[in-house]
Amino acid sequence: MKIENSKNRPLLEVRDLSIHFFTEEGVIQAVQNVSFEIYPGEILGLVGESGCGKSVTGLSLLRLIPIPPGRIVNGDITFDGRSLLNLEEKEMERVRGNDISMIFQEPMTSLNPVFTIGDQIMEAIILHQGLDKKAARERAIEMLDRVRIPSPDKTIDSYPHQLSGGMRQRAMIAMALSCQPKLLIADEPTTALDVTIQAQVLELLKEIQREMGMSVMLITHDLGVIAEIADRVAVMYAGRIFEYGPIEAIFGKMRNPYTRGLMTSIPQLTEKKDRLNAIPGQVPDPMDLRVGCKFHPRCYLMIEECKKEEPPLFQVNGDHFSRCIRWKECC
Amino acid sequence: MESQKKTFWHYFKKRRMAVGGLTLILITFLIAGLAFFLAPYDPGKTEVSMKLKAPSFQHLLGTDQLGRDIFSRMLYGSRISLSVGFVAVGISIFIGVLVGALAGYYGRWIDSLLMRFVDTMLCFPSFFLILAVVALMGPSIFNIMVVIGVTSWMGTSRFVRAEFLSLRERDFTQAAMALGVKDSRIIFRHILPNALAPVFVTATLKVASAILIEAGLSFLGFGVQPPAPSWGNILTEGRTYIFDAWWLTVFPGLAILITVLSFNLLGEGLRDALDPRLRGRK
Amino acid sequence: MVSFFLKKLFQLFVTLIGISIISWVVITQAPGSPIALTMDPKVSPVIIEQMMKNYDLDKPIYQQYYLWLKKLFTGKLYSFKDGRTVMEKISERIWNTLLLNLVATIIIFSLAIPLGIFSAKRQYSFLDNLGTFGAYLGISAPGFWLAYLLILGTVELFGYPVLGMRSFVTEDFTTTEIVMDRIWHLMLPSIILAIGGIAGLSRYTRSSMLEVVRQDYVRTAKAKGLSEETVYYKHALRNALLPIITIFGFLIPDLIGGSIIMETVFAWPGIGRLSYQAVLARDYPVVMTILTISAVLTLIGNFIADILYGIADPRIRYQ
Repeated sequence: MKIENSKNRPLLEVRDLSIHFFTEEGVIQAVQNVSFEIYPGEILGLVGESGCGKSVTGLSLLRLIPIPPGRIVNGDITFDGRSLLNLEEKEMERVRGNDISMIFQEPMTSLNPVFTIGDQIMEAIILHQGLDKKAARERAIEMLDRVRIPSPDKTIDSYPHQLSGGMRQRAMIAMALSCQPKLLIADEPTTALDVTIQAQVLELLKEIQREMGMSVMLITHDLGVIAEIADRVAVMYAGRIFEYGPIEAIFGKMRNPYTRGLMTSIPQLTEKKDRLNAIPGQVPDPMDLRVGCKFHPRCYLMIEECKKEEPPLFQVNGDHFSRCIRWKECC
Repeated sequence: MESQKKTFWHYFKKRRMAVGGLTLILITFLIAGLAFFLAPYDPGKTEVSMKLKAPSFQHLLGTDQLGRDIFSRMLYGSRISLSVGFVAVGISIFIGVLVGALAGYYGRWIDSLLMRFVDTMLCFPSFFLILAVVALMGPSIFNIMVVIGVTSWMGTSRFVRAEFLSLRERDFTQAAMALGVKDSRIIFRHILPNALAPVFVTATLKVASAILIEAGLSFLGFGVQPPAPSWGNILTEGRTYIFDAWWLTVFPGLAILITVLSFNLLGEGLRDALDPRLRGRK
Repeated sequence: MVSFFLKKLFQLFVTLIGISIISWVVITQAPGSPIALTMDPKVSPVIIEQMMKNYDLDKPIYQQYYLWLKKLFTGKLYSFKDGRTVMEKISERIWNTLLLNLVATIIIFSLAIPLGIFSAKRQYSFLDNLGTFGAYLGISAPGFWLAYLLILGTVELFGYPVLGMRSFVTEDFTTTEIVMDRIWHLMLPSIILAIGGIAGLSRYTRSSMLEVVRQDYVRTAKAKGLSEETVYYKHALRNALLPIITIFGFLIPDLIGGSIIMETVFAWPGIGRLSYQAVLARDYPVVMTILTISAVLTLIGNFIADILYGIADPRIRYQ
């Protein structure tokens, strides 16, 4: 299902990635046959509800999945022409924080409370770029300034608990970008922040991304965030990709009943309704996935065939794909 | 609550060491209970001609300086150790739960006062305190049980207090309070059953340390008085003959070790089985 | 930070007062104590009179307590056994006990922490399970028994005296030999004294490490490309070690309690042995004083541990 893009090769290519967790209670198929690409300079949004496997996918790109109980049972991850899954641990360490960086949801617990912000930023710089302490400190202050933290030369010596939530997230971003990575994975970067701060941080991300020509994989459950800054979207459900394509296509004319369910369940300010449009039913238990399309018990377009076999991704047009046998009638 | 018990047993069975501990404890209980039948000799019967004999078929664990059979003496000694352990811990749990519940439920100045008291008590080296008080009151089994009980409740009270502090804020408690249910009823019928899990763990571990304390006291001469046999005082008598009769030293200590170990294993196993975070790995 | 320090200092004083009260109450009011003895018609009037004088039993209770405190601080408390002041007897021996406990503490920390870290790194491995079982043995074995086994073993093996602080035959020894002799005598009781602490602390370290390793910031450190060693020994370890500082405070009462038996077994001339002899001789002033001093030492130890923790944890150091 390669997208033929005459302009450039994808920076990151994920093919048929499957990740399972083997626990005492059973096997969890967290991610199953997931494929997507990220091109240089673009923002790919990975969207879905909690538990759909999007965070696991993000972590797997840096091979941060805890190996027991997790296991990458299948698939390929190719970055800049190299297969990440075949790298030695030492080589992978050179990729992390350097070519690919990641920022996480909870800035308070994601920063080490006993080291200063400066120490934590400088660590990556010293490790990957070989600068000495003085030069690293200058770069760190520069980065803090870039992410619009006031008085960076003072903040650099602060501890995480002394900063507000928004500031900590900016500090995390500074840390992740300090070595000019080609790809940034942002796992729910704004979810734990206040709404007004959310907008600021997103603006910041957009700006820096444009400046640095960096690619971003933005993982979130919030469609509003995706609408703000993503170029392309992948919608995930129960560990699979259900719809995939450019943002105009998906937001304009979606072709998958799950995507439709997601979109319509967001209440519109201008609409007056008696009840919210919730998708009927519940997210399936990842240890007990039934045969056929994983969404069929909740789908308004369901027919008998949906129960039999899991549908492949159908090409809607160009680079827009949908995993639904009735995509033509959809939405 | 039922499913809680089921999951608990499921995880407990998987911890082999804990199951081993439980088995050993049951065996010890059996032995202690049947001491009368199992003992080949009267533990008090002296026979000077047989003094200080090494272990043999006649005397499985040898004899002491008065010709008494060590095996029989140790069988009866197990009864002392176990009963001291259980009664002392019973007392300590009772006090600890009471103090912790009051502190956790009523909070504020009662809590501060009680916790100051707990902190102060914790500063005393418990063994020395116990030794001093038992020496004052006279070394009888009853006194030992009471003193150990009264000096080791502090840890339990902290646990119980913590549980009460959090459970007090929960919906079911708030609802009961709003309905006007009497305080004592809320404490005993609503909160306490939920707060008991860590108490079982501490209780088991405390039995282990109570047995060690009793052994130490008997060793120093302030525990069970001879001629009544206690593992500790057999060791004391063995001091004088340490180089000639190693069995007087090795066996009682081994018995203490195994018994205390089994309680510790059980206690740690209970703690792991009750802690939801420690599960789920393959 | 300053408010933290002051708050702890205040708690210290309150507890100090509490300690002195409890010590006094326990020893003088418990059944079998001197006061009960004075009620006993079988006791001779001479002894009763001595008791009354010593304990000011003719005065009201709060005055008794106050007078005891005063005598304690001015060094006028007299031992029943030999009439010397309690302070004199204690000061002769307290340094020996402190030495023993200090060495034991050093042994505990230097062995237990690496053991715990190692166990945590190889969780569930054979070595970890072995270490765990060993730790259980360590906390379950009665100290005096291990001491005697050790004595039995070393004397059979080496034939060298083990009791006391030094051997009796050292007059003709060279200085090095004297030093080695002293160290030999010091090591054995310290080691046995340390066993329980090593077992407990290694398990505590292990669980602290296991908990810290699961934290988000460890994942962030890995995501930055830091090596396993750096992530483990720099990021995780520093956080895991913080609560261990407070453990230091809890070790002290156990060490002091353990000293009683160890010093008795090894004939070490410290306040542990003194307290046992005092208990045997019903020498109440000595018992009370040592009880109080032990509690105070624990209190000070805890206080120092709390302050050190406040300095080490940036969340407290910078409010």
